[in-house]
Amino acid sequence: MEKFDTLTGVAAPFPIVNCDTDKIIPARFLKTLTRTGLGKSLFDAMRYDPSTGEENPGFVLNRPAYRNAEILVAGENFGCGSSREHAPWALLDFGIRCVIAPSFADIFFNNSFKNGILLITLPKEQIESLMQDAENGANARLTIDLQKQEISRPDGSTVSFDVDPFKKHCLLNGLDDIGLTMQKAQKIDTFEGTQKSKTPWLYR
Amino acid sequence: MAKARTLFDKIWEDHLIDVQDDGTCLIYIDRQLIHEITSAQAFDGLRASNRRARRPEANICVPDHNVPTTPGRGGTDEIDDDESRIQLEVLEKNAKEFGLPYIPINDINQGIVHVIGPEQGFTQPGVTLVCGDSHTATHGAFGALAFGVGTSEVEHVLATQTLIQRPAKNMRITVNGSLPLGCTAKDLILAIIGKIGTAGGTGHVIEYAGPAIEELSMEGRMTVCNMTIEAGARAGLVAPDEKTFEYLKGRPQSPKGAQWEQAVEYWRTLPSDPGATYDEEVVLDVTEIVPQVTWGTSPQDEIGIDGVVPDPKNESDPLRRASMERSLEYMGLKAGTPMREIAVDKVFIGSCTNSRIEDMRAAAAVAKGRRVASSVYAMVVPGSGHVKAQAEEEGLDKIFIEAGFDWREPGCSMCLAMNGDMLLPKERSASTSNRNFEGRQGPGGRTHLVSPPMAAAAAIAGHLTDVREIIKD
Repeated sequence: MEKFDTLTGVAAPFPIVNCDTDKIIPARFLKTLTRTGLGKSLFDAMRYDPSTGEENPGFVLNRPAYRNAEILVAGENFGCGSSREHAPWALLDFGIRCVIAPSFADIFFNNSFKNGILLITLPKEQIESLMQDAENGANARLTIDLQKQEISRPDGSTVSFDVDPFKKHCLLNGLDDIGLTMQKAQKIDTFEGTQKSKTPWLYR
Repeated sequence: MAKARTLFDKIWEDHLIDVQDDGTCLIYIDRQLIHEITSAQAFDGLRASNRRARRPEANICVPDHNVPTTPGRGGTDEIDDDESRIQLEVLEKNAKEFGLPYIPINDINQGIVHVIGPEQGFTQPGVTLVCGDSHTATHGAFGALAFGVGTSEVEHVLATQTLIQRPAKNMRITVNGSLPLGCTAKDLILAIIGKIGTAGGTGHVIEYAGPAIEELSMEGRMTVCNMTIEAGARAGLVAPDEKTFEYLKGRPQSPKGAQWEQAVEYWRTLPSDPGATYDEEVVLDVTEIVPQVTWGTSPQDEIGIDGVVPDPKNESDPLRRASMERSLEYMGLKAGTPMREIAVDKVFIGSCTNSRIEDMRAAAAVAKGRRVASSVYAMVVPGSGHVKAQAEEEGLDKIFIEAGFDWREPGCSMCLAMNGDMLLPKERSASTSNRNFEGRQGPGGRTHLVSPPMAAAAAIAGHLTDVREIIKD
């Protein structure tokens, strides 16, 4: 996983509530066997004309100012629905490393952090201010400092945010969860030994 | 005296391996179901790190999402679409390489992961069970802590048999009363989602309780728990009881002999203690509900079949109003239109929500002796080889076929439209599945979520209709 410490990039406004993972990446693109290459299908139904396949020029990520956006400012309950990790893979492949929203769905939240994407939850009023910043096209540059847990806005003011300390540690250091868990192998062995005597029918 | 604990607290504590100083927990995962869509990259990850599967026998691999449901389908090698065929071949190859149990496409045990887990007795009270699929919540009907995970977590479970988690909050939804005639578990859960909203359960595990839940069959409880994720909660739970034990007894992977007695004794200790407290409590009564149907593009957009398409003008929040307007435009609906006047092009009876034998029976009871409207294509997709065989033994297939329904092979099918079973742009369906998201059943397709009897009724009428009107004739 790629480390995340600071990020300065264009923020795109995405004021949609309950954006589901089918919207982020429709199921027909889930036949892939890899984690990469999904960026071109990100937000497919909104981004392209379904009959011609041409880009829909009005869609935010098709507008010149936002084609290289690295941050999304979104509506509440972003990432609800399907557990497909293809959703964060598609965001990452497009170049999005951070999404800021009033709330996120649980499974998407976990999946994103495991792929080096920082999700920031903020109260609605602060989201509204950042959404206004994001409306300012190519000037909508935000700087995210994970160590300091701080977003710097174009006017120089800052917004602080909370983040789970363990997730922060993993992001800052680009740590692989599995490697960390394997260091606890002895505890897992002990657990299995106890469970096997208590609920033996779970072992065949 | 020990603190009164909820069902969730008990399962959680029985699976807790480690708690870090920052509160992050490592919990043990007893069971994993694996399908073709969310696993290939996990197996690649294991290979890249030279890791093995820690407990191969704690998994079942089965293709479901992307399998053809064409009657009399051949094996994997006969699938025309290259990407789909390769995805299925890769699952089989990975299962063999890592030594995991694998069920092939035309085996009678094949079916949707959330139908076959319980059928096999793989799903049991008190276990932790995961799958790379959000509808894993289904298995909570057995009092199992079951939730959907992403592919990175599929890999984490394969390698370590654990997950890194934080404890969820407890929510209890008490359902009083008794479901009226014409209403099913599907109507009950749609009504709940309408009440608490699509993010109402975020961060929580929902325990369903009360007389209306106790009265439900295991199939009905599975339908309720299945759609828990549509209310934002990763897991739903129902306390195990005699119905649960009865369902599990004699299943291939259920405990046998003395271990069965020992297991039942343990399972009886699982229900929440009297006096256990919840972070959130919701109470509703279903005695007066009418069959439910969705009008929009989120499962929370539901209304009684006697209602009309709501007007966005009545929504005060501007973002939500914009979202409603977008939904109605996508759905091609005008505010004020009576729901029962909306014509449908396709009807889909199936999915991990509603493809079990009881669902087949309920739909067949409406279809019997009637005809699918000439303007409608209707399909019935049983959830597993066993459901299909049982339905055929009862003659349900003949009822469907005589009424003009297509009787198909098991799989996820038009619930998510990966396998070619899909809506065309602007086509409208009455569907027993779980999601009415934009494009879910095909790009531009329009979905109305309903119960199996309501879907069968819509197929016959040619439009959404009140099943109670049809069955009274």
